Amino acid sequence: MNLFRWIGIYSLRFIEEAGRIIILFAQTLGWVFRPPLQGREILKQMEEVGVRSFPVVVITAAFTGMVLALQSFTGFKRFNAESMVGTVVALSVTRELGPVLTGLMVSGRVGSAMAAELGTMRVTEQIDALYTLATNPIKYLIVPRFLAAIIMVPILVIFADVIGILGGYLVSVEILGTNPTLYARRTWDFLEMNDVFTGLLKALFFGMIMATISCYQGFSAKGGAEGVGRATTNAVVLSSLCILISNYFITAFLF
Amino acid sequence: MESPIKIQVVDLYKFFRDNAVLRGVQLEVRQGESMVVIGGSGSGKTVLIKCIIGLMRPDKGEIYVDGVEITRLKERQLSEVRKKFGMLFQWGALFDSMTVWENVGFGLRWQTHLSDAEMKRIATKKLELLGLRDIEDLMPSQLSGGMKKRVSLARAITMEPEILLYDEPTTGLDPIMADAINGLIVEMKEKLEVTSITITHDMTSAYKIADRIAMLCQGKIIEVGSPEEIKNSSNPIVQQFIQGKSEGPIKIIEPSHLPMPSQPRLRGEKYWTGKEHY
Repeated sequence: MNLFRWIGIYSLRFIEEAGRIIILFAQTLGWVFRPPLQGREILKQMEEVGVRSFPVVVITAAFTGMVLALQSFTGFKRFNAESMVGTVVALSVTRELGPVLTGLMVSGRVGSAMAAELGTMRVTEQIDALYTLATNPIKYLIVPRFLAAIIMVPILVIFADVIGILGGYLVSVEILGTNPTLYARRTWDFLEMNDVFTGLLKALFFGMIMATISCYQGFSAKGGAEGVGRATTNAVVLSSLCILISNYFITAFLF
Repeated sequence: MESPIKIQVVDLYKFFRDNAVLRGVQLEVRQGESMVVIGGSGSGKTVLIKCIIGLMRPDKGEIYVDGVEITRLKERQLSEVRKKFGMLFQWGALFDSMTVWENVGFGLRWQTHLSDAEMKRIATKKLELLGLRDIEDLMPSQLSGGMKKRVSLARAITMEPEILLYDEPTTGLDPIMADAINGLIVEMKEKLEVTSITITHDMTSAYKIADRIAMLCQGKIIEVGSPEEIKNSSNPIVQQFIQGKSEGPIKIIEPSHLPMPSQPRLRGEKYWTGKEHY
C-alpha cells in the first residue's frame, strides 16, 4: 500500500478514536452531576475497583519497594552514597512507582473487567434494552465505574506508597544491614508532602484514563465473542499506554 | 371510524457503510392495531424497528410518533418519547447481573420511588400475568428460552407503555411455546389496548397476531394488507415468501452487510475494518 495512504488512514483512525473517547469522557462528566445519584451502584463499583484490587496492589508495591532498595544500594555503593537509599526509595515510590505501577495493575485487572462486562452487555443488546427502559446507559453504567476509579485508585496508591516504603525498609535493614534509625530518618528528611500529593494527583488521572478508555472499548464492542475479546485486550493495552505517556506529561507539568 | 395514526414512517433511508438497508420505507400504524412486518433475514426489519424506537437514527426520512417527529430530537426529549414504548428483544436482553424480579421492576426503579418490597410485588404480579410463578429470585441464566422471552415481555409491560415492539418473538421456540407467545401478544393487545409492531418471519405467528401485515423486501415495504389480503396477494415476491419456496423472484444471496444486533452510532466507519487488535 502507498505509504502516504497508510499514514493517512492510521492518522485519521487515531484521531477519530481519540475524538470518540473524549466525547464519551465529556458525556460522562455531564452525567455525573445529574440526579439520581445511584449511591448503591457507585459503592458496588468502588468495592470492585478498590477492595478487590487491594491484594494485587499490595504485593506489587511490596516487591517493588524491596527491589528498589536492593538496586539503589548496589548502585549507590559505587560512589559511597548508600545512606541515601532510604530517600531514593521514598521519593521514587511516592512520586513515580506507586502511582504508575498501581495504575498499570489496576488497568489490567479492572480495565479488562469493565471492558468485558460492558462489551458483553453491548453485544447481547442489554445496552439497547436500557435505552428502551428510559435509562441512559452512560449514567447507569459508566458514571459509577468512573467515579469509583477516581476515588479508589488514589486510595490504593496511598497503601502502595506505605507498603513500598516498608518493603524498602525491610530489605535495607534486614538484608543489607542498614541502621534502622538512620534509614527512617533518611526516608523522612527529604520527603515533602508535595511528593505524595503529586503522586496522588497522577493516580487520579490514571484512574480517569483507565475508566474512560475501558468503558469506551466495552461500549463500542461489535460482533459477538470475538468483539468482546478484542475490546478487552484493547482496553488494557490502550489504558496502559496512555497511562505511561500521560505520566510523562503530567510529571513535566507539575515539575 | 378509523383510529388515529399512532406511528408514521415516511421515506426512511438507512445506510451501513455503503450498503443501503432501508431505501424509502413508508409505513403507517394505527392506534390499537397490531402490525406485523415480515421479510427475509437481512431485509432490514430489525433496523426499521430500532429506528422507530430511536435506538438508531436514520440517514434520511421522518418518523412521527403521535404526530411528533422523532428523528431529530435531542437525547433528553427522545428519552421522554421512549417512555411510551416497550420492547421485547430477540434474545430477551435480560440484565444478567440481576435477578428476574429486578429485571422486571427495572423501569420502576428509576421512574418511581417505590421500596424494594413494593417493586418485587408489582414484578411478581406482572410475571403471573404471563403465567410465570416462583421464578422471581432466579437469575436469567437459569431460565429456558421461552421463560426468558416471557420475563422480557413482563419487563416491557411493567411501565404500561402505549406501544409494544416485538423483535422476532417466536424465533427459537418450540411450536407450543411459540403459540403461547402468540396468544400473549394478542392478549396484550386486547387487555392493555396497546399498539404493537412485530417483526417476524414466522408466518403462522403473523397470521395469528396481525391486524395488518406489511412485507419488507430490499429496503422497501412492497405490500400492506390484512392477513387475508396478504394470503391472496398477486405479488409473486410476497407469495414466494409466505409459501416458503426457495425458487422465485427472491434470490438467496448473502447480504453484503448484515446489521449486527447492536450497532453503536458511529460515523466515518470506512477507515475501520472492525478487526483492530492492538
